[in-house]
Amino acid sequence: MRHAAALRLSRLAEPLVEAIIRLCGWSAIFFVFAIFFFVFREGAPMLFGALDLGEFFTSVNWRPDSRIQAQYGVLALLAGTASVTALAMLLSVPAGLGAAIFVSEFCPPRVRETLKIVIELLAAIPSVVWGFIGYMVLNPVLIAVTGAPIGINILNGGIILALMSVPIIMSVGEDALKAVPDTYREAAIALGASRWQVVYKVLLPAAKNGLLAAALLGIGRSVGETMAVLMATGHAVQIPHSLLDPVRTLTATIAAELGETVEGGDHYRVLFVIGTLLMLMAFLVNLTADLVVKGVRGKQNG
Amino acid sequence: MTGTETAPSDRYSISVEDLCLWYADFQALKHVSVDIREGLVTGLIGPSGCGKTTFLRSLNRLNERYGNVKTTGTVRILGKNIYDADVSLGELRKAVGMVFQRPNPLPVSIYENIVFGLRVHAGARALTRRQLDELVELSLTEVALWDDVKDVLHRRATHLTLEQQQKLCIARLLPLKPSVILMDEPCSALDAEGTAAIERLMDGLRGRYTIVIVTHNMAQARRTSDECIFMLLGELVEHGPTVNVFLRPTRKETEMYVEGRYG
Repeated sequence: MRHAAALRLSRLAEPLVEAIIRLCGWSAIFFVFAIFFFVFREGAPMLFGALDLGEFFTSVNWRPDSRIQAQYGVLALLAGTASVTALAMLLSVPAGLGAAIFVSEFCPPRVRETLKIVIELLAAIPSVVWGFIGYMVLNPVLIAVTGAPIGINILNGGIILALMSVPIIMSVGEDALKAVPDTYREAAIALGASRWQVVYKVLLPAAKNGLLAAALLGIGRSVGETMAVLMATGHAVQIPHSLLDPVRTLTATIAAELGETVEGGDHYRVLFVIGTLLMLMAFLVNLTADLVVKGVRGKQNG
Repeated sequence: MTGTETAPSDRYSISVEDLCLWYADFQALKHVSVDIREGLVTGLIGPSGCGKTTFLRSLNRLNERYGNVKTTGTVRILGKNIYDADVSLGELRKAVGMVFQRPNPLPVSIYENIVFGLRVHAGARALTRRQLDELVELSLTEVALWDDVKDVLHRRATHLTLEQQQKLCIARLLPLKPSVILMDEPCSALDAEGTAAIERLMDGLRGRYTIVIVTHNMAQARRTSDECIFMLLGELVEHGPTVNVFLRPTRKETEMYVEGRYG
């Protein structure tokens, strides 16, 4: 009897569990669209109304508070985001992938565990603390080393962002290398390859999709990061001419200004247009990653 | 049968003396001494865990990839103790090729698989494109794979059938001109037809290469090997011509094993 009851229960429970799991899966998609929708909705009246898109993308004048004539040009902000992200990637992709290769292939097991814990600890540091480090620690160092009048600039923000991206790139990259079957390594070693030859002749080609994904995740992290760059880049709206110029990023602009705007006002709506722009950029990065990975796979199958 | 050979020692391709090997505290090989004859196929048989794969992998020092491995004793290949401090692992593995249990072509093209060894040993730079092409054709012809793949040389090797992959894994050793080829249960992932093909291939290589093959398949050991080594619990129990090992074993353990009473 008890057995029969249990059977009945499991017959009821299974569809229920299945429904819950299905709901979880769909809700992820739903939330992404909902977020996009609400951000877009707040920005839309301005986007299709008073905003001159030509000026928006080509003007360096970001004067949202002007009483006489407010100007909404994000070119300088785009340049700020692009320059800080590019510098961060230049530093963090080699460092992160190098760390991944070292941890996965060259490191004795005991050191590996310690190293992974320490590097993953880096990922747990709140971004405002990173911003603080940029502002209080790196700032005087950069002034002393480079002789620049201020040390909160592209270089500072790029270094801070790179430090923040390295743990992600390393841990995703290490997973990608670990996923390469050990038989490949043995095959190469048995043919006389040295450890380094195994890495660049076998592992890098075999894991290139995963390593690319690691780099792109790092880019996504850098583009979206807000608090640390707000504090470390100097917050000056301008097209930078050197690494030592302060800049302002798209994200930092939203964070710094949204609280000061009138809800429903032009400035408020333009900030949401910038939010939409950021989401589109993130979407494009992900889509590119997907297409590149799929493209590589398709060619292999052909 | 060891010790009764009267052949001069230069006909031995591999001379192992008092080889012991430990994985941390576990002793996997216990005082193994054996001479393996040049140009013959020597089968390594014994129940699982008897150390035959460990023994095979100590002939190209592949065991050393895992940390905590300790080896004592000497293994002389081509007259040189491969455990000497001045031995180059790259050169050793060039002379002693290996075929694995599961076919493991590298995730590059068929062509690149064949020339991989040359590239690793910087031999490819000394050769022209045409010479490389010829070597690839020669190697693939040797393993009866050329006709199947000659039009798809630049496709990824991992898309071949398992049998073709294993043939490729043998073919890619040949440009390095090894003197010894180690095979670790090379047919265990293949069907009967693939097994037959690989065995035919081994037959064709006999005489030109010294082949040491680990196998769980008694019938295969009888079919393919000239001499057999029977191992048990890390020790070498018996070594002699295959016919003797199977029909007139000198040790009780060997007799019981080849009759299929255990293992």
